[in-house]
Amino acid sequence: MLTNRIIGCFDVDNGRVVKGVSFVELRDAGDPVELATLYDHEGIDELVFLDITASHEDRNTVVDMVRRTADRVFIPFTVGGGLRSDDDMRLMLESGADKITINTAAVERPELISEGAHRFGSQCIVVAIDARTESDGSMQVYTHGGRRSTGIDAIEWATEVVERGAGEIMLTSMNTDGHQDGYDLPLTRAVSDAVSVPVIASGGAGNAQHMIDAIREGNADAVLAASIFHFGTHPIMDVKRQMQAAGIPMRMEHADYDDVL
Amino acid sequence: MSDPRLADLDVIILDYGAGNLRSVVRAVERVGATPEVASVAAALDEADVVILPGVGAAADTMRNLRERRLVEPIHEYIASDRPFLGVCMGLQALMTVSEEGGEHPCLDVLEGRVVRLPEGRKIPHMGWNRVELRRSTPLFNGIPDGSHFYFVHSYYCDMADPEDIVAIADYGAEVTAVVERGRLAATQFHPEKSGAYGLRIYRNFLLEHSGNGAS
Repeated sequence: MLTNRIIGCFDVDNGRVVKGVSFVELRDAGDPVELATLYDHEGIDELVFLDITASHEDRNTVVDMVRRTADRVFIPFTVGGGLRSDDDMRLMLESGADKITINTAAVERPELISEGAHRFGSQCIVVAIDARTESDGSMQVYTHGGRRSTGIDAIEWATEVVERGAGEIMLTSMNTDGHQDGYDLPLTRAVSDAVSVPVIASGGAGNAQHMIDAIREGNADAVLAASIFHFGTHPIMDVKRQMQAAGIPMRMEHADYDDVL
Repeated sequence: MSDPRLADLDVIILDYGAGNLRSVVRAVERVGATPEVASVAAALDEADVVILPGVGAAADTMRNLRERRLVEPIHEYIASDRPFLGVCMGLQALMTVSEEGGEHPCLDVLEGRVVRLPEGRKIPHMGWNRVELRRSTPLFNGIPDGSHFYFVHSYYCDMADPEDIVAIADYGAEVTAVVERGRLAATQFHPEKSGAYGLRIYRNFLLEHSGNGAS
């Protein structure tokens, strides 16, 4: 049986993880590669790096991070942030990323999705959608990190990105993001039921029950979480055990590389 | 991190323009071998083990293999029962024909068709799925039956000969997860993205064919 995935997410600024991360066991808790290695060791199913560096002129820092991650982490990982062309995508994929994610650039030029899917395959094109449920009940797409309204309907946009070749949708709710009070279940369900590809629920994870709800009631295929793992208060395998106890299929084995090899 | 038992093994990873080989290269290095990436047929002559990775579409894969004049050499290599490991598209390319984007003849090393996953579930089949062994194999030494491996695909191999099937995964259909015939093995999932047990598959395969036996 296919398991539901828990995906760990890091915001990276100039090669450093932002949002307070405090792991006593880490030599350098700000190094995304060290954190990725630790999360892999602790049983995360997949990872996402979002580069939030203001200037994307210089990609060397990100490329270096991707290469070092690919050297040490043998689970899938996605890289996004400021990718605007299929050459940008190629650089990340050739450096070792398994998938790339695009958001604002896809809204501004939807052909980018089809170009990427055609050149690299749909399986590595993740379209990130930031959406907000407005007071009138409509679900609207936002860009530029959730700051700019587009007037585009979220369900219509989700359907279009899949038609254009997206292999997966990473759906963040602007209503719930940052509150650790649960995912946006109606939005997640509406998008997940509208498309044929897997949907990753994002924004609002505070505990294992929120993740169970996102999968059960939101029909999410995977759940993304950033801050709840960053402080070690919710060990990944504890969360997985709770989800498994609730009947969610989970990958419970997380063998250590040195023990198995 | 090199393993003395794998030190002298000539491992060739075939590059036919399928994009990212880095993770496969790193996985093979991590288990202690020193792979070489090659895109010319001559590399097969000296190889002890050949790995055919790949993502993308069957038609592109076959076109790339033809353009690089690798089709006949791969046939000859496998026909002489030398160790060959296919991964993902590297499995599907071995089949008779793929229905992905039309009807595309493949290498026809393994009889059967590559068909679309059944409707009713999310496609692609993406994530960690439970893999169940149909028979024991050195490839899974040290790996508990029912362990999870990372899949990303929309089409799967419908094997004509059930004897080829070593392991399956359930995704609406009984998805062929691992095949073996003689010294040929192939996986639908990505061992290089399946954590420690995934790497163990590379190690098992290389050890089995290193002349030093599997451990």
